Amino acid sequence: MTDLTDLTLAEARDGLRAKQFSASELAKAHVAAVEKGRLLNAYVLETPDKALAMAAESEKRIAAGEARPLEGVPLGIKDLFCTESVRTTACSNILKNFVPQYESTVTAQLWRDGAVMLGKLNNDEFAMGSSNETSCFGPVKSPWRRAGSNVDLVPGGSSGGSAAAVAARLCLGATATDTGGSIRQPAAFTGTAGIKPTYGRCSRWGIVAFASSLDQAGPIAKTVRDCAILLTSMAGHDPKDTTSANVPVPNFEAAVRRGVAGLTIGIPDEYRVDGMPAEIEALWQRGAGWLKSAGANIVEVSLPHTKYALPAYYIVAPAEASSNLARYDGVRYGLRVPGRDMIELYEKTRAEGFGREVRRRIMIGTYVLSAGYYDAYYLRAQKIRTLIKQDFEKLYAQGVDAILTPATPSAAFGIGEKGSADPVEMYLNDVFTVTVNMAGLPGISVPAGLDAQGLPLGLQLIGRPFDEETLFAAGQVIEDAAGRMSLPAAWW
Amino acid sequence: MSVDEKTVRRIAHLARIAVSDADVPHLQDELNAILKFVEELNAVNVEGVEPMTSVTKMAMKKRQDVVNDGGYAAKIVANAPLSEDNYFMVPKVVE
Repeated sequence: MTDLTDLTLAEARDGLRAKQFSASELAKAHVAAVEKGRLLNAYVLETPDKALAMAAESEKRIAAGEARPLEGVPLGIKDLFCTESVRTTACSNILKNFVPQYESTVTAQLWRDGAVMLGKLNNDEFAMGSSNETSCFGPVKSPWRRAGSNVDLVPGGSSGGSAAAVAARLCLGATATDTGGSIRQPAAFTGTAGIKPTYGRCSRWGIVAFASSLDQAGPIAKTVRDCAILLTSMAGHDPKDTTSANVPVPNFEAAVRRGVAGLTIGIPDEYRVDGMPAEIEALWQRGAGWLKSAGANIVEVSLPHTKYALPAYYIVAPAEASSNLARYDGVRYGLRVPGRDMIELYEKTRAEGFGREVRRRIMIGTYVLSAGYYDAYYLRAQKIRTLIKQDFEKLYAQGVDAILTPATPSAAFGIGEKGSADPVEMYLNDVFTVTVNMAGLPGISVPAGLDAQGLPLGLQLIGRPFDEETLFAAGQVIEDAAGRMSLPAAWW
Repeated sequence: MSVDEKTVRRIAHLARIAVSDADVPHLQDELNAILKFVEELNAVNVEGVEPMTSVTKMAMKKRQDVVNDGGYAAKIVANAPLSEDNYFMVPKVVE
């Protein structure tokens, strides 16, 4: 029998139901892989006892013929999702000892459907980063290396632990969150698939907030189908989140084999950015060719405000973050550094508890919201956001079903290589993904090939609001044409 | 626009983050790099454009004005760094 950790989530689910192996065997194989994979620093907390107990329950259900949709499937959970009685830190020193008294809606739905928890996954502190280097637990090492090199690479971020754990077979799938590209960019860097659904598709209740009008949860997994299975369980209306959409959740897995015949796919000229490597341009062309061969109609389109999305994001996201993170005051939960009075207690607590990137973003956010600057920065950025959204609405009204772009402007880079002198250098990673968050649209990243150094590259598909099904259908066409990504053999 | 040292200290105080004198110059550089990056937004004509206030079109949800949650003070203070009798403890704020 092949190693159980090499199975896709769909294969494992079907194998469990066919009783080819037991839920406990599957959980034990993953618990062992997690232990053996500690060098990668993908998990910040392992919960093997919980995994085995949940698997034992799954075994009973399967024996009784009462298997739920994700029965016995071992998952990793980004440490931004509150898990009841299981430490949740957002990978920040300010929350290092925080033990939630409640469960996030998204994870509660995964457990309701029978999934098994392996532990909590590393991420950039408060999801602020594109390389997983801002985590208070230290960086995650990607399981990928350049051909003939042993330089440690980043897995991308902020969901770097999620992407690395999936690529290294330390779980069958993982939860993740995406505020400016934090699902799609790490998925592209690690040869995995990841979808950020439409804003409002997944409840934000119980997820540590970064920028509330941009944050969305979604899965990272080995295949497009696996993402579809996970999203079906994660999505759904939640009265506890006022922005949760009260729309029916389709069975996304059923859309995976729908194909793209007759669909119109747009190729936006504005995504040809300066300095983009020729191999990414070539990959993009190849992707368009694959969709065309499968029967899609490929059209050149224009999204004129694309280049303003990233700078506008770096006003809107820090502004919302400065407001959201005001709650870390050293009084109600988290770290407390004593002071002579209240103000000094706040200032010392927040200086010590927040890392450098988080402090920087809170300060930028505070500045753009402060008296005299609000109109010039924040209000202008929100107007530009309207223009970005209208660009997409125009294309969809003209009959475009989805838009194909590269997922990232480069392959993964080395740990410590970027952003140490100029924070903007790191921000540019999200240039292709951030438009989607600004417009609240769904976007999927699908592995599409390797670069000359043997590192994975991804293509992104952007869809209409609440039409994730088309993204799964088109994503599957790309996955089929590119061939299943062969993940790196364990060196760790 | 760019920020000077005085503004950096003012923002830090508004954000309730203590900064040391040694931190100010590099914070100033980093904030100015970000402000320079967002400068190109000034080139966009936003005349008559409505600012986005809701990402997806939906009516704001309202709930019935009734008590539907609560009664677990011990859970609320479970993560408090300092609490007594289900109260959060803070330094004295009134003389």
